This record gives sequence, C-alpha cells and structure tokens, in this order.
Amino acid sequence: MNMLAKAADIARSPGDPKVQSTGPSSLGAADRMARGLGWFSIGLGAAELLAANRVARGLGLEGYEWLIRGYGLREVASGVACLSANPLPGVTSRVAGDGLDILTLLPALRHDNPKRGNAELALLAVAGVTLLDVLCQQGLTRRHARPSGPRRDYRDRSGFPKGLAAARGAVRQAGEARPALPGIA
Amino acid sequence: MKALVWHGKQDIRCDRVSDPEIEDPRDAIIRVTSCAICGSDLHLFHNFIPAMLPGDIMGHEAMGEVVEVGSAAKSKLRTGDRIVVPFTIICGECDQCKRGNFSVCERTNRRKDLAEKVFGHTTAGLFGYTHLTGGYPGGQAEYLRVPFADATHIKVPDNLTDEQVLFLSDIFPTGWQAAAQCDIEPTDTVAIWGCGPVGQMAIRSAILLGAKQVVAIDCVPERLSMAEAGGAIPINFEEESVVGRLNDLTGGKGPEKCIDAVGLEAHVTPSLPDTLLDRAKQAMLMENDRPHVLREMIYVCRPAGIISIPGVYSGLVDKIPMGMAMNKGLTFRMGQTHVNRWTDDLLRRIEEGQIDPSFVITHTVGLEEGPEMYKVFRDKQDSCVKVVLKP
Repeated sequence: MNMLAKAADIARSPGDPKVQSTGPSSLGAADRMARGLGWFSIGLGAAELLAANRVARGLGLEGYEWLIRGYGLREVASGVACLSANPLPGVTSRVAGDGLDILTLLPALRHDNPKRGNAELALLAVAGVTLLDVLCQQGLTRRHARPSGPRRDYRDRSGFPKGLAAARGAVRQAGEARPALPGIA
Repeated sequence: MKALVWHGKQDIRCDRVSDPEIEDPRDAIIRVTSCAICGSDLHLFHNFIPAMLPGDIMGHEAMGEVVEVGSAAKSKLRTGDRIVVPFTIICGECDQCKRGNFSVCERTNRRKDLAEKVFGHTTAGLFGYTHLTGGYPGGQAEYLRVPFADATHIKVPDNLTDEQVLFLSDIFPTGWQAAAQCDIEPTDTVAIWGCGPVGQMAIRSAILLGAKQVVAIDCVPERLSMAEAGGAIPINFEEESVVGRLNDLTGGKGPEKCIDAVGLEAHVTPSLPDTLLDRAKQAMLMENDRPHVLREMIYVCRPAGIISIPGVYSGLVDKIPMGMAMNKGLTFRMGQTHVNRWTDDLLRRIEEGQIDPSFVITHTVGLEEGPEMYKVFRDKQDSCVKVVLKP
C-alpha cells in the first residue's frame, strides 16, 4: 500500500475510490536509475559548489577550485535534466561530464602528490559512476527510442465513411449555419 | 475494482481501489465499457499540471452502462442506459451552462477555493484531472461515479459501437470546437499544428466546415499520413520550413486560421533554438509551458486572422510576441471544450455516416496494460496515435 496515496486520501471525499493495493509502475528500471543519478548529481554538484576548497585540498588539486565550482554547476544542471520528463539528455551529459572528471583527476595521480591515495579512490568512484551512467543511458535509449524501420501507414484512414470528396464542405452544402461561437457576448 | 492510478511523475499503476459510491442525489455510477488515454493525460503523466496527488485515478474519456442512479438523476437516467461521459462536469443550471459555456460551469468544481486563487474564478470540475478542477476520480477504471449525472452525460444509441461514440467525451468536440472557433470561410487556409488525436479531429472538422485547404504540421510520418488521409496537406517540420511552406501555399499571405493542437509540450529540436531554451527553462521551473507553436502561429498567421487554441497550457509562458499579435490584429480563441454544446450535433453526424471518429484508434488493450501504453503513447512507439482501454 502506497503511503503517499494513503496520506492524500485526506483530500478525497468519502465516496471516492481509495487505493487498496498497487500494481506494476509505468516507470522502468532505467527511469528509476536516471532519477537516482539525478539526485546524486545534484548532491555532488552542491558539494563541489559549496566546498570546492576542501575538495581541492583533499585531492591535492590546489589551484583548481574554480574549475571544481564550474563542475559543480555542471553536475547540478545535469541532475535537473535527469529528473525531467526526458532524462536521456541529462544522463548523456553526465557521461560526457564523467570523461571530463577523469581527465581532471589524472594529474592528481602524480607521485609527488601527498593526497594521491584520495585521488585514486576518487578516480575509482568516477569509473564506477561512469559505468552506471552508461548503463542508464543505454537502458533509457532501449526503453524510449522509436525503433527505426517500417512504420505503419495510415493513408487509408480518412474517417469519412462517404469519402473525402463528399466530406469537403459538407456542413455548408447541407445548408447548415456555421456553429455559434461560445462566449458571453 | 481496477483503475489506472497516478503515483507521481511518469508513475502510473494499475491498482486495486475501492468501488465508487453515490455521494449526492444527482450522482450516477457507470460500469466503464471503454475509455481512452488522451494527450492531456500525458501532461499529468509528466507532472506539468500542478495539484495532482498520489492516488488520483486517471482518465477523462470514458463511456459505459449506468448501474446505479441517485434519486435526483432518475428523471434523466435509468439503470442500463448507455452513456458517454463528457470530460467537463456540468450542472446545466448556472449562468455559464445556460449560455453553453459548459467548461466554465460555476458549480461543479468541488475545489472552487483553489481554482479561484489560481485562475481568478472557478472553472468546471473535470474527471481525472488536477485538484484545481475538483480532483474527481477519472474513468480509466472499471467503474466511474458521474457527479451531476442528470446533466453530465450523452446518451448514445445501441446501433453505434463504443469506438464510434467514445470520442464524443473529448477529442471529437475538442477538434470541432477548435475549427468552429476559426469561423471558417470557403476561401480559408486552416493550418493545424500537431497531428495527435485532437489535431486529427480538427483536420476532419475543418474539412467538414468547408476550408479551402487544410495544412497539418507534425514530425511523425505515420501521423502525417493519417492527416493526409483526412484531406490535409502535410508539412514535416523536421524536413522543411513551416513558415516558408505555409507562405508558399497561401501566395505569401499566410494562413487565415491557425489551430494549436500541441499545447504546452512542444517538440524540442536543435533546428528550433527557442524550443531548447523553453525546455531548459521548464526543467529549471522558470517557465511552465513550451509555447513554440504559439510563437510560430503568431508569426505566420495572416493579419486579421484567427488563432484557435485547443492545446492545453498550464501556467506561465515566456517570449510571446504580443506586439506582433496586436499589430497584426489577430483574434485569439481558446479554452477547455464546452463538450455538451456540440455533442448532439456531432452524434447526429456520426449516425448519418458523415464521419466515423474510430479511424484514429491504433491500439486497443486491457486496463492492466494501461501503464505500459502510457509510455508507448508518450514515446510515439509502435506508430501509436490513440489508445483505447477495455476495463
């Protein structure tokens, strides 16, 4: 039993139907994953925006603070797009962003970086998230794309049982008045 | 009973819910024999229409057999009557109903308090829609309570199939009203944006009302093929310039009448940069609706022409060129459909064989398959144009 639906019953009248048990959702696994990634993206983006100095210090990337804030903005924008009605562009932008993140982390793997261990962990995490992003992107494409190939042709569906020629101007030809327009005049 | 229930954005489920009960002497309950998924259900599916609540039953295109009648509705309805249910709930007695402006009935919205705050004044109660219009349970279910049932019904004869009459509930009168609002003359070019179910009905209505030429604009080939079958000249906006082609078809003067059968979710494509901007603003909650079609209509419409808007808009839109519209002297007509204003006439046309609205049905499935069909319809997969559900 869905608790949100139960709580919303307060807005319904006594005779309105109430949910007793729920069935399968129209949301697919990839849709749910996109939402999860969207919220993750917003959270990560907010952390990068608000704590860019700490992130830079933690990775041994001092001097990159503004770049990290820029990436934070990118993460938030991708996250919002992932939560929209069509999450595919948002998830695709995350995949591209993952590539940027990996390129940005590579210099932190230098041997003289005292935070090299943190950078390796971060790189591992980005690689894992990249895998999730790619899987989600592929899942969304499979679920929502319009398959190419032959499509139905509806050129036999005029909707006029007596034919199109007879339908043209039928109202006027029958001497009927034009429909009276709605309004308060 | 089973019903398709809204649980959140893009989350529709076929749930088991309690049966509806008569609440008011004017109520009736029908056993739903056929119902349909409407394009405006997709706006709810995407959560673009505010004030939906988890647990709301979807659907505003339904018909069936009357199984229970409240005491005050017995003079108009009997058990066993076969009725189509208009999506606008009407009292039949208020000032607006008496004028035939049924979609702005003053009495049937049970959340009038909300509507007055948001819209300035109340509008009619609607089935399976937002709580701004009453939050009435919808007809994508095995049973439906019809409030104000003595007025809110269309009796249909037994010799017509469900498929022939079901669309009297919404899309046929909506397409008809869109065309009627254009005040069509025999010399008119009527341009119709959107070849979904309402666009298809608007095309046929404009043909019946005698437009010189009807032009249909979309990017889905199978929908354009259906538009062509109905007598329209198709324009695929992903393959050619809409403005250029409309001007070619009208000697450079533009169509006299323009119909927006798209509404708030205009197609987003890189070739139309304003659609990208609208999409971004909508995602960031900086704009409710994506009004590309309105902009294009205002631009291309012939001066002194008419713009008719059956497509649903939910709230605020940006960058509408009102200066252009004002200087061109355009007339705007719009609104939810005054269904019962048109249905006696349209039922007669179906009975006489002038039109058969069942042409638009491409998929018929059981209620259990409804959640998946929302996705198929939304994604325009499997050449889907119109889904009918059989509870």
